[in-house]
Amino acid sequence: MGSLLAYVGRGTLNFLRYTGGIARLGKDAAYWTLWAPLRGKGIKGRAAIHQMVLAGVNAVPIVSLISFFVGLVLALQTAYELRKYGGTVYVVNLVAVAMSRQLGPLMTAVIVAGRSASSFAAELGTMKVGEEIDALETIGLNKVKFLVVPKFLALLLVMPCLTLLADLAGIAGGSIFTLYELGMPMGYYWTRATEALLLRDILSGLIKSVVFGIIITMVGCYEGLAVRGGAEGVGRATTSAVVTSITLVIAADMFFSVLFYYLW
Amino acid sequence: MDATDAVIRIEGLTTHYGTRRILNNINLQVRARETLVLLGASGTGKSTLLRHILALERPTEGHVFINGIDTCRASEEELNRVRRRMGVLFQSGALFGSMTLADNVALPLRELTKLEESTIQIMVRMKLDLVGLTGFGDYMPAQLSGGMRKRAGLARALAMDPEILLFDEPSAGLDPITAAGIDALILNLKKTFPLTMVVVTHELVSAFQIADRIAMLHEGEVIALGTVEEIKQASHPRVQQFLNRVPEEQMRDREAYLRSLTAGF
Repeated sequence: MGSLLAYVGRGTLNFLRYTGGIARLGKDAAYWTLWAPLRGKGIKGRAAIHQMVLAGVNAVPIVSLISFFVGLVLALQTAYELRKYGGTVYVVNLVAVAMSRQLGPLMTAVIVAGRSASSFAAELGTMKVGEEIDALETIGLNKVKFLVVPKFLALLLVMPCLTLLADLAGIAGGSIFTLYELGMPMGYYWTRATEALLLRDILSGLIKSVVFGIIITMVGCYEGLAVRGGAEGVGRATTSAVVTSITLVIAADMFFSVLFYYLW
Repeated sequence: MDATDAVIRIEGLTTHYGTRRILNNINLQVRARETLVLLGASGTGKSTLLRHILALERPTEGHVFINGIDTCRASEEELNRVRRRMGVLFQSGALFGSMTLADNVALPLRELTKLEESTIQIMVRMKLDLVGLTGFGDYMPAQLSGGMRKRAGLARALAMDPEILLFDEPSAGLDPITAAGIDALILNLKKTFPLTMVVVTHELVSAFQIADRIAMLHEGEVIALGTVEEIKQASHPRVQQFLNRVPEEQMRDREAYLRSLTAGF
């Protein structure tokens, strides 16, 4: 009983320490991204663009491909059920709304978490192990400004773009199924899809994607900066960055979906 | 010694990692333009002490004053002002792996000064010449040997013309010839520039060659402090053990040894 209590207590403490650390990093990143540039402290624009290419442009093929498949499968699976009621035409509405509100942002976040949270953690972790972070600090340069903010800024901009792309690719995926299986012409499909979508369906997805971007950057960078103990530590941080960021992304997705369902 | 002419003043510094005490009530002063060597076996807290001088770690108790500023209590801006006058050579060189040597050396100049790019280029070349890496500006750190990485790290540490230069194990992991080269470089810098230096090392030869004074650490405490001659003469058994390279005594008490093996049964 005592050891169970100790276990729960230790777990709670670790959780609080972790969330506290993430929150502190988030506060610093927000300061150096939003406030400090206004006070003439500058921002690493070139580094941010470099990160946008790494996390955004390079993710375009995989995000498009996976979303396309998801859209196609979604159309197929919903048609399976809807045809019992003779409502296969509603496949279009379902794919369009589900991709924009839910699957576009979520699939994008999962892919970006896999690609970028891991790479942030590995990059910063390796720098930590090689004393590069200490070197940066002793030169008098802020590690958050130099290393975290470019990644933060990049994902803030790149996540909504990739999400829009995922929405489109997913809906396009659905159109392939409806064209060949239901004989629905492409033009009709797209008209129906745009009619089915409300602006808020797309916007709520984009708002979520920004939140996911913040989670992925913060978890990836926090894990990297917290690395202790050599190559093995870097490996552990990389794994943990992906697992934790995907978990938090899905938790946040649930929270925002509930919020939007009732309020918007 | 008058406390005011100490560039680095450490007062009652105690620190813990978790519950383990690493440094215990360290009091130490480094005078202007002297080279102080922190000597000791691995795990005696000398690197930790260096990290406290750099304000990379916060102590449990005590203060570190650099030019009169308490770095343990300073604001980030004050701290950065202090750090601009310090250069550090880390154990591995700690070069930024994503930048060329020239960019590594130029980084502090580009970020912290308003110098023209052409001036920065000239200064970078001068610093690389100084450490014997003329013409290596376009190399990436991964393309260099350990000794060259340390030299490049030193060039970067010198970029801002610091008053204080700190070294963490400058000759660790190097062959004797390369290590001697680094020692010669340190001596050369000492002759050429008005530098205050702190060198962490466990290499006796190196310590005796470069030190004005040596502080010998054992289990987080300074057990001897003095010139090279004074240290050689020190009567403290741990100092003599270190100087004469005597291995740690084996556990002599067989009873205690057996008890430690069977503990818990």
